[in-house]
Amino acid sequence: MSSPAIEVCDLHKSYGTHDAVRGIDFSVARGEVFGLLGPNGAGKTTTVEILEGYRERTRGEVSVLGFDPGERPAELRVRVGIVLQAGGMYRFITVREAVAHWARLYPHPRDVEEVIAVAGLQDKAETRVRTLSGGQARRLDLALALVGDPELIFLDEPTTGFDPAARRAAWETIRSLRDLGKTVLLTTHYLDEAQELCDRVAIIKAGRILAIGRPQELGVGAATRVRVSWRDEEGRLQEREVEDPTALVHELTSAAVARGASVTELTVVRPSLEDVYLELTADAAASVTADPVPARA
Amino acid sequence: MPSTAVLAWHQYRLERRMFWRNPSAAFFNFVLPLLFLFLIGAIVSGDQDQLDVIVPGIAGMSVLSTTFSALAMNLTFLREQGVLKRMRGTPLPSGAYLSALAANAVTNAAIQVVIVVVAGRVFFGTGWPEDYLELVVFVAAGVACLAALGVAYSHLIPNFDSAPAFVNVVFLPVIFVSGVFFDAENAPAFLRDIGRALPLTHVIDGLSGALVTGASLADNAGSLGVIALWGIGGAVLAVRGFSWEARRG
Repeated sequence: MSSPAIEVCDLHKSYGTHDAVRGIDFSVARGEVFGLLGPNGAGKTTTVEILEGYRERTRGEVSVLGFDPGERPAELRVRVGIVLQAGGMYRFITVREAVAHWARLYPHPRDVEEVIAVAGLQDKAETRVRTLSGGQARRLDLALALVGDPELIFLDEPTTGFDPAARRAAWETIRSLRDLGKTVLLTTHYLDEAQELCDRVAIIKAGRILAIGRPQELGVGAATRVRVSWRDEEGRLQEREVEDPTALVHELTSAAVARGASVTELTVVRPSLEDVYLELTADAAASVTADPVPARA
Repeated sequence: MPSTAVLAWHQYRLERRMFWRNPSAAFFNFVLPLLFLFLIGAIVSGDQDQLDVIVPGIAGMSVLSTTFSALAMNLTFLREQGVLKRMRGTPLPSGAYLSALAANAVTNAAIQVVIVVVAGRVFFGTGWPEDYLELVVFVAAGVACLAALGVAYSHLIPNFDSAPAFVNVVFLPVIFVSGVFFDAENAPAFLRDIGRALPLTHVIDGLSGALVTGASLADNAGSLGVIALWGIGGAVLAVRGFSWEARRG
């Protein structure tokens, strides 16, 4: 059980002349919640769909639960649950029928009613799928991915289009998966989602990984500067970014002490994951900052 | 691990249930051919020679609409909606899934042929089939051939909005030149030649032999050969061009 759930080594994928993925390496330990974070078109979905067995890689090595997903082994599919970015459904099926049918496709399914409850669809069990709202349909996607009781769950932008309450509920569900010891690989372009849910995050852009680590570490490791701000004697707000704040803070405070004054509004801030993300994905930053909830491509 | 056959059976039952819940599919598959049968039957009523053409003709048309048209439409829908892609991510084997889709179409074809044959006996004086074996052989051959062609044709349909146009531009001319509504022998030579090159004419010839004229399987062996050629070609194209996902863009 100690071997990683997912191993990706020097993964490349080209569509014609377009290089969607250009040499990605990461591994996901069993029981870990791992996030691929990046702007639209970064190569997140391409990477995940290679691991799910939907796409063939151009080169590189990938291993999912010890199998090569490119060969689409049946033993792997019973152990994996997939939430696609956009997965269709029969129009005239009800929620309960869909979950019950999917349960029949797996050797050791979870209880149908329990899964419907986990997805928060108890009140919609008899509803036909085509009348569900976007968020409800997304929760059904999650239910269908969980009903086979998979060890590993792929979630491609699981909460896009959710209202804040539905996102919180979905996060609770995803956390409960970790508590059950499941491995989760999720993609998102929401920073708070990555920060809330993921044990580790890879920031990905233009087909490459720019930074990888625990959300807290990424703030320290990738962008090493610390932002110090204070109000000077003339009452102007000053801000400076430094590698090590010790000297600057000492200078400010000792000067103030010497004057018998205090440094007002002094703050020392480590960069958040968001700062790191914006810095690393600078080209895309314009669209990200202008539109904190980027539209889906 | 549930066996492939069990999984295919579950999927088949789901497809049947979904079929009956879709009113437009049920209409086009069952009501329309019967409407044609009764309208044209009424127009030519009393003319048994004409009725003897119409009944096997409509039976052949039913096979075409339940297999070729229905599969081309259905696959386009399932592909565009992403249902095919989602199914591909489950343990349901691809073969089991596609078998279930095909079996769903075959069931509709069988139900319709039975309805048309019974209506022919009860209302149109065509009697019970002369040769049940021949009937089964030609329905089976027609279903296999036209289903394969329907799957292959779905690869050409760009999206579901255009699917009815794509299907009908084939379906309507084919039913006319294949002698669904009139004896193809009376058609102008060039139309007759086109009709004879197409599989539906030969399905209808076989059904006509089985239901009306008594022409035997041996007499219609050439027709079976034409159907087999189209079927093999269709199957090769169906498999080679098959895509689980809609084209991007």
